[in-house]
Amino acid sequence: MANITFNTTLLIYLISALGYSLYLVYRMPLVKSISLVSLGIGLFSHTITICLRSIETGHGPYTTGFEITSFFSWVIVIIFFITEWKYKIKDLGAFIIPVVFLIFLYSAFQSRDHSLIDESTTMFWLTIHRTLSIIGYAAFAIGFGGALMYLIQENQVKNKKLGVMYFRMPSLEVLDNLNHKVIAIGFPLFTLGFMTGSIWNIKTDESLFSWDALRTWPLIVVWLIYCGIFFGRLLVGWRGKKAAQGAILGFVTIIVSYFLHVV
Amino acid sequence: MMSEINLILVGVNHKTTPVEIREKLAFTKGKIEESIDRLLNYPDIIEHTILSTCNRVEIYARANCQDSAIKSIKQFICDFHELSPVELEDHFYSYKNKEAVEHLFRVSSSLDSMILGEAQILGQVKDAYSLARDLRSTGLVLNQLFEKAFSIAKKVREETGIAERCVSISSAAVELAQKIFDGLENHTVMLVGTGEMAELAAKHLISYGVKTVYVTSRKYERAANLARTLNGSALDFEGFKSELHRADIVITSTSASSFIIKKEMVEKAIYERKNKPIFFIDIAVPRDIEPDVNDLENVYLYDIDDLHVVVSANMKEREKEAENAMNLISHEVTKFNNWIGSLDAVPTIIEIRKKAENICKLEMERTLKKIPHISKDDKELLRQMSTSMINKILHKPTIKLKQKTQSEDGHIYLKAIRHLFHLDD
Repeated sequence: MANITFNTTLLIYLISALGYSLYLVYRMPLVKSISLVSLGIGLFSHTITICLRSIETGHGPYTTGFEITSFFSWVIVIIFFITEWKYKIKDLGAFIIPVVFLIFLYSAFQSRDHSLIDESTTMFWLTIHRTLSIIGYAAFAIGFGGALMYLIQENQVKNKKLGVMYFRMPSLEVLDNLNHKVIAIGFPLFTLGFMTGSIWNIKTDESLFSWDALRTWPLIVVWLIYCGIFFGRLLVGWRGKKAAQGAILGFVTIIVSYFLHVV
Repeated sequence: MMSEINLILVGVNHKTTPVEIREKLAFTKGKIEESIDRLLNYPDIIEHTILSTCNRVEIYARANCQDSAIKSIKQFICDFHELSPVELEDHFYSYKNKEAVEHLFRVSSSLDSMILGEAQILGQVKDAYSLARDLRSTGLVLNQLFEKAFSIAKKVREETGIAERCVSISSAAVELAQKIFDGLENHTVMLVGTGEMAELAAKHLISYGVKTVYVTSRKYERAANLARTLNGSALDFEGFKSELHRADIVITSTSASSFIIKKEMVEKAIYERKNKPIFFIDIAVPRDIEPDVNDLENVYLYDIDDLHVVVSANMKEREKEAENAMNLISHEVTKFNNWIGSLDAVPTIIEIRKKAENICKLEMERTLKKIPHISKDDKELLRQMSTSMINKILHKPTIKLKQKTQSEDGHIYLKAIRHLFHLDD
């Protein structure tokens, strides 16, 4: 059953990702509606997939690479829906949903074996750590999509080459505002996730210094990048292009650290 | 003989006729009212609509005989405006049937306009049609033709980008401002210089919601006057540079011979604004703003040439979109033509029915006379049976004929049917 819902979700996310990309190029309103509705159906079947897996393992989707990757893409879709509802940026889907599909596709290639964690105290901290971090990451993923759009639009306006995308993308201010909001939400959550992760680490290994440098350092780099973007805007007015470039650099670093941290 | 639906169009437009002649040919509302009956008095004209705008004068008509109706309309236009037909002959164009339909669809969709995709023409065609309809100079065919033209024009606007892109300097500037800022309501415009085009651009921005306007000029009096008109406030020319950081959009149009806004000045302003973007529109020639200003982050500078490039690129895009619109229109012209074709079949179908009913009635009465003993109810039953036989026999050929008359060789079928049933004897 879980396999069926998983494969259905994968297929529907693919349809939605293709739909959003097609809409970006061909501007057919029906395609946009199909993409949005299919994404909704995809989210529903994704939710069932996660529930079935949790029933099977007896805990939330926080332990194995398969669970976390799937959970990560699920949270991105939820935040995407909230962003769509709040900002109504027509083409954001074309920059986010293909990423969702690729992340979810990646989970398909991961082992579906169960993890052996069963201590209730460590499980508690792991749950908090992974939930907060994943929501933070997902917010950064939305920021990544918005930042890509910002750079495309900024490049067109700055260089006076007003192509098709110029007419389709929203204003620079809207995109910069989105970037600011998602980082303002994502950064504190990610920071809390980072702290609770350290607590979980202490509880498991009983030492704060037993970290695996290869797994931990990239996370510190990610934290420093978003810390820079977040406080840079507040203190010295880093906005626009700089903030967008930062958001892209941050998300690419997340993907790299994700492989090192989880796998 | 069967009736045929003939559509014609006679007219002049900005492509065929200079304005000196067009203005002589214009029909005001009063003149149209005067013309209605005069045109309907021509024996060839059954329905008509006069469309008169500053770029075109066109008369659409349904006629009995196309060639003589075209002649009559040309004669009418010349007589009405007291002009010589010789003088006008080279300016007139005329179209028949499919071409006339296509022309109206192109006109109302703004594909024949001087500025491709402009919105005004559709309203003008609508006004012309509703006046003609009120004065009862249109009938079934023209009503359908114009209603169709309106729905196609709407479709063209919605489904192609024909009207999407700005083709005037001031609207292109507003569009750019909207692509930089999220809504213009809470943004501030500063006019440096009181040039006419800058004023126009500022008015355009105000119509999109800009509320705070500053005006500065070397002559304070001028700045104060313009500020009053725009509901803004005037700034001293010497002091405006220190106020630059307040403006989100700066429009310059002074006659200064060297740059009056320099990179360092903008750098300072953008620092004071904590990097909030500024959009500079330099309409002046020679330019007022140092071009290097555009290299600064969060600063966007467009001079008059940049805006011209944007406008002409937009125009080219509209031309591309016009091709898509033409595909859409061609499809609709064929559909409309098919509808006209099916109208051609209607009189023939009625005649066949009538003929069959007459024969049936005659034969029925003859037979009933030979069997006087049957009851009144039975006679009625026999009559009903004969009617139902006619219906059943004619049902399929009627549908087929309607379908066939919508095709290219429809007239051949119509001719054959009329010949087989001896309808024209």
